[in-house]
Amino acid sequence: MAVPDVAVVGFAEAPNLRAADATTNGVEMLVPLFEQVLDELSMTRHDIGFWCSGSSDYLAGRAFSFIAAIDAIGAVPPINESHVEMDAAWALYEAWVKLRTGEVDTALVYGFGKSSAGDLRRTLALQLDPYSVAPLWPDSVTIAALQARLGLETGMWTEREMAEVSARSLRDGATNPLAQRGHATDADALLAEPTLADPLRAYDCAPITDGASVVVLAAADRARELRRDPAWITGMAHRTESGTLTARDLTRSSSTQDCSKAAGTDGVAVAELHAPFSHQDIVLRRALGLGDAVSVSPSGGALCGNPMFSAGLSRIGHAARHVLDGRAEKVLGHATSGPALQQNLVCVMEGGN
Amino acid sequence: MTGTSPPLSAPFDVGFDYTRTLGPVLGPFATALRDGRVLGIRGTDRRVHVPVVEFDPVTGDALDELVEVSDFGTVVTWTWQSRPSEGQPLDRSFAWAMIRLDGADTPLLHAVDTGSAEAMWTGMRVRIRWADERSGSITDIACFVPADSATASEPEAPAAASDAAPVTTVVTPIHLHLRHSASAQESDYLRALEQGRLLAQRCTECDKVYIPPRGACPTCGVPTTEPVELPDTGTVTTFCIVNVPFLGQRIAPPYVAAYILLDGADIAFLHLVLGCDAAHVRMGMRVRAVWKPREDWSTTMENIDHFAPTGEPDAADETYAHHL
Ligand SMILES: [Zn+2]
Repeated sequence: MAVPDVAVVGFAEAPNLRAADATTNGVEMLVPLFEQVLDELSMTRHDIGFWCSGSSDYLAGRAFSFIAAIDAIGAVPPINESHVEMDAAWALYEAWVKLRTGEVDTALVYGFGKSSAGDLRRTLALQLDPYSVAPLWPDSVTIAALQARLGLETGMWTEREMAEVSARSLRDGATNPLAQRGHATDADALLAEPTLADPLRAYDCAPITDGASVVVLAAADRARELRRDPAWITGMAHRTESGTLTARDLTRSSSTQDCSKAAGTDGVAVAELHAPFSHQDIVLRRALGLGDAVSVSPSGGALCGNPMFSAGLSRIGHAARHVLDGRAEKVLGHATSGPALQQNLVCVMEGGN
Repeated sequence: MTGTSPPLSAPFDVGFDYTRTLGPVLGPFATALRDGRVLGIRGTDRRVHVPVVEFDPVTGDALDELVEVSDFGTVVTWTWQSRPSEGQPLDRSFAWAMIRLDGADTPLLHAVDTGSAEAMWTGMRVRIRWADERSGSITDIACFVPADSATASEPEAPAAASDAAPVTTVVTPIHLHLRHSASAQESDYLRALEQGRLLAQRCTECDKVYIPPRGACPTCGVPTTEPVELPDTGTVTTFCIVNVPFLGQRIAPPYVAAYILLDGADIAFLHLVLGCDAAHVRMGMRVRAVWKPREDWSTTMENIDHFAPTGEPDAADETYAHHL
């Protein structure tokens, strides 16, 4: 039996906000997104064959928090549903596998998180080694700052290159109405700002963001019925590096490089990268071998809004839109998870039939 | 009606003491820390990893060759923590650094106490300042200090206590502080409770009446919107007799926890049934709320102290059969 091709056919994203008027179960952010994306495809929730979500109990501060989010679906009669305690890009991977089995022909993937409910930087310390690192509570900005200085002092990148990434992101963010931040600026202006966690300045770090996003996948003929130009997933891979932070070369991303080879990223016109820190954009571009002709994170990327557990899925959605709208032939969406780019996922999408 | 005032929110702390067994690699590492020594482990490629790893980070091979390394090391990279947060090694501003201890090939992440960022640089020599009291944890290293700083005022690491039992577990207390928000619908419900009213909402798609009202009807996936005032009388749909004492229990067992379906509601909620012998509580029993004194009311269901029998005849099965 032939394995069906799978495509992204729909994407919707909630406004990226510093603090959303919402509960940690995501319902308030998800209800309007489901409505928007299903309306756009002339579908109802009963047309969805598989639901898969990404979120975190640590962020919500309660066990099985994703169960309450299922209310937003209206899960009666019972639905085919799953969840990952990861960015929803990994839920998309699970849904992609499900569609490839031929068991269902549509899937809706969603991610959500209310980072503002707690102290995000401190919460993220809990993803570090529980014996030798987490008991010291180094926060996520600290870990990124240690990585940034390693690269600066070994000549892998410069502060100016980092500032140029941030300036590009902020200018792009100004064109994205759902972005949390964005304005006209340049590297000189950003380099004049004080450091937040030496050598990182505030603009080098993704803001704390509440948000959610939704991607609809469909297989083969069903995708063609739903959308004239589906964004066919032609390559998808995820790889994980050692959980021991200090055993890795933090100035490179070997897992992203492996994903790139496995997914076949040559020739992409647009790459939406999930880089929560400016220097990580540089690490990722090199690992993916992206040339100057590639448009990188034209949505503004994570530096203009990084809703935990949906930002990676949103990168895939933003990249897919370029194909859905006929603006690009081949694109990639990237997602990261864990400290300092520990885990990476690459999804390559192409137009045509 | 919903959302006329901002949603209610309140501080919410969660905590748990994670207790982990250590095994043949992490156990000796923790034992050595308690005794004021640092162990590394030799990887497949002969590199010495500090902190120890149970499996080689590249090949995944199980590792077992423990190697003692020095208290002294070199800063590989660093950053500055200007405002320390809860649980971090120092309560004044300090540097985080990756430090390659002499004899090790991979660095250890810890704090360096230099007083100012100007005194930190990559390549600087540092040494361990041991904690006065040690239990077999990474926090037995209080922090690092510049290698040439005075030692006179500091306690020396006592020699290994050879008679002390090996460390086999580590306890890591984890405490997170959140601000929990109620939904707009729950906020309306809680504000009504403060006035002694029971405010439900109807789902406009399936007509079900929910108390508390919901951000999304679990059947229809749409927010409940139409307000419905409910009386404080209802029916016991199901119940259990609590005989087991537990930490924090406020009533002496035996007592009854029951699902109560308020008249006009489509969903029952859990509350106490008191005011009669536990053995007399039954499915279908009619009950009424017993409110606390008005001056004690706030935005909580605890305004209702418990439910008590009304003495009416029992409700017919069919009035609650669909709500079990
Ligand atoms: Zn309903």
